Amino acid sequence: MKWSEFFVTGEPLIYAADVSIVLTMIGIVFVLTYFKKWKWLWNEWLTTVDHKKIGVMYIISAVLMLFRGGVDALLMRAQLTAPNMKFLDSQHYNEIFTTHGTIMILFMAMPFIIGLMNIVVPLQIGARDVAYPYLNAISFWLFFVGAMLFNIAFVIGGSPDAGWTAYFPLAGNEFSPGVGNNYYAVALQISGIGTLMTGINFLVTILKMRAPGMTLMRMPMFTWTILITCVLIIFAFPVLTVALALMTFDRLFDTQFFTMANGGMSMLWANLFWIWGHPEVYIVILPSFGIFSEVVSTFARKRLFGYKAMVYSIVGIAFLSFIVWVHHFFTMGAGAAVNSFFSITTMAIAVPTGVKIFNWLFTLRKGRIRFTTAMLWSLAFIPNFVIGGVTGVMLAMAAADYQYHNSYFLIAHFHYVLIAGTVFACFAGLHYWYPKMFGHILNERLGKWTFWLFMIGFNICFFPMYFLGLMGMTRRMYTYSAGLGWTPLNVVASVGAALMGIGFIVLCYNIYYSARYGERDMTGDPWDGRTLEWATSSPVAHYNFAVIPEVKDLDAYWEMKKSGKGFEIDEEKLKPIHMPSNSGRPFLISIAFFFAGFGLVFKWFTLAIIAAVFIILGLILRSFDDDDGYYISVDEIKRTERLTGKGA
Amino acid sequence: MADTAHHYDETMPLEYRTEESRLNILGFWIFLGAEVALFATLFATYLVLFQRTGHGPTTADLFEIKDVMIETLLLLTSSFTCGLAVFEMRRRRLTGLLVWLLVTLLLGAGFITFEVREFIHYVHEGATIQTSAFLSSFFVLVGTHGAHVSLGIGWMTLIIIQLLQRGFTPRTARKVFIVSLYWHFLDVVWIFIFTLVYLTGMVM
Repeated sequence: MKWSEFFVTGEPLIYAADVSIVLTMIGIVFVLTYFKKWKWLWNEWLTTVDHKKIGVMYIISAVLMLFRGGVDALLMRAQLTAPNMKFLDSQHYNEIFTTHGTIMILFMAMPFIIGLMNIVVPLQIGARDVAYPYLNAISFWLFFVGAMLFNIAFVIGGSPDAGWTAYFPLAGNEFSPGVGNNYYAVALQISGIGTLMTGINFLVTILKMRAPGMTLMRMPMFTWTILITCVLIIFAFPVLTVALALMTFDRLFDTQFFTMANGGMSMLWANLFWIWGHPEVYIVILPSFGIFSEVVSTFARKRLFGYKAMVYSIVGIAFLSFIVWVHHFFTMGAGAAVNSFFSITTMAIAVPTGVKIFNWLFTLRKGRIRFTTAMLWSLAFIPNFVIGGVTGVMLAMAAADYQYHNSYFLIAHFHYVLIAGTVFACFAGLHYWYPKMFGHILNERLGKWTFWLFMIGFNICFFPMYFLGLMGMTRRMYTYSAGLGWTPLNVVASVGAALMGIGFIVLCYNIYYSARYGERDMTGDPWDGRTLEWATSSPVAHYNFAVIPEVKDLDAYWEMKKSGKGFEIDEEKLKPIHMPSNSGRPFLISIAFFFAGFGLVFKWFTLAIIAAVFIILGLILRSFDDDDGYYISVDEIKRTERLTGKGA
Repeated sequence: MADTAHHYDETMPLEYRTEESRLNILGFWIFLGAEVALFATLFATYLVLFQRTGHGPTTADLFEIKDVMIETLLLLTSSFTCGLAVFEMRRRRLTGLLVWLLVTLLLGAGFITFEVREFIHYVHEGATIQTSAFLSSFFVLVGTHGAHVSLGIGWMTLIIIQLLQRGFTPRTARKVFIVSLYWHFLDVVWIFIFTLVYLTGMVM
């Protein structure tokens, strides 16, 4: 292979990206060396098995990926602003919408949610860590190297360009030669394994490690949604694993699963992809519902209305999510009977979702509402998500879908549910739990600026797309002619996208500003919270709880505060706390995964095999590892607790 | 992290005594749930594709029941001996445990040997993974199971070494128990392969 094939060449944008990547890497190395932070990086972050730090790393990665996916989005909007633009050619446009979709779903939304659940779930259930801290580190690093592998595609070898759904036969060797779609298959596989492990880890954590007295029906709503999400992950992700493996075989070893000849069936890919893909949508939206439930209840200062109905509707949504997948391809040849079935199941999902919407509204009713940034995101979620949901029901009607299918109407619909649902939830959760992560509050004033810029920008950007869709503009078209009359609405949409970009910049500035000048949270309970995470100090001590709390009711911490005592720690009752040891192995194994993946992408099988040997070596070393962790002494716990003001 | 010291339960079998072990065993059951989903997808793929043979051989042309019967007997017996190994562990007989684990391992290796021979035989007849959709799905389904068995053999070897080094501890006992769950699961998968792939293929 020639160097000119190895590196992507010919586009000024790509050369600019090359330069900025090299400069960023040099910058990182320089800063770490200059401030002598290498050891700190290794000891505190790369080897950590602490769920809170792993959560923070997930969220940092997610924000980086939001930047990458957002830049992709802005490039697309730039290209579409005016008719016959020459900014991007069709190939480049194909690559950009592919990476935008894949990154936003798998490397932004998922890790943001998983980051929040890492930080919050053990605290909400009164546990000291997750069931398998070591595995948790592996999950994170596999996700991270998968994301990095996917992200280097656009400068090394070429981006995938067959859409985030990678339909065959387009994604096969015949129509997509080159390594782009190999990246898709391999990188998603690596991070998918990490996600599956996270699902198992948190399911066991929630089932087995709740504080005494916390029955299932006393769990905070966010924890409930994570529990169900884990079940979805456990049954949905193996399907993706298989689908991607078959894709890899088709592309690397010329098998005939999805080919056009020798019996291959390209529709099989569409089915497998969406059997994973639809539950995946709920994997990112159910936790979002959980976040909104927590935030709405806290800032309305009321117990969540209809707790049980909420639980049953999550379970109902999760069940239905596995039997709606065909609605993603009503027009691709299924008969009327099949389409009708999937049409009805799809519409049925609106029922439990509607129940949840009313529950949030009734939670607000007669509440003493505080309009914090987190609450603003949650309040904005309700009407915006309903717009997305109602247009979803329109799309669910199979007959009508023949009109909407693959148009900008669809684009508008799923951005309304994914942004107003998941992204708003991520921002709400970030503001809400930020003190637990870093010990200070994100500046509210800047937070509200972000909110208004982003929320208004979002509506300006995506609302016109419903009409563009009805006017006939189809998705994934890289340009259009002036006579079609689409120009004004496209200009409006691009203005909205720019506002969202500005909102994101304000958010990043807020993170910097608040770290320097933000209000420190000395109480550990800045929002007058209801659940157990607010019974800890901010930032949370390494061991979370000096004494495991006893739970007597839903909203455990609220009840403790109402009884006048709060969460008191009796120093007499302290015992040494057992904690797991740090390990560098998860990081190193994942590096080996990166090289194995890279080898597969380029069909450099020697590299892949050598890396696989290192992976197996890592597993063997783990098997023989009998590190039992260590104990934190009572004296040290006392010192820590007095320092944070939680102790007596 | 579980507080291992305070949850030691003398009344339970050795593999269930520590909180960590109980968590790990439950987690492994859930992992097997994910494996069920994985194999179910592979079976679905196979059932969709197995009559799509293109220009290649059909199932009836290809399969030879004798080799498959030998593989089946080897693997089913190995599941039984794996059960005996755990039985010996419950009786705290290290030698018995080691012997039965070793027998299990050898039967598993025998299974893999016959399976590899079977695959080589097909390839010599011109039926490769690239020939048709049927053969692609056949090799990937049966091969995934075979890869699982091979992994199990390596895993079991590591556990045997640890048993020789450390004897019975809550940790080694838990590892034996978990690998036995894995092994029985692969046996169940094979029963489905035998029925849905080979027997159905011979009849249809």
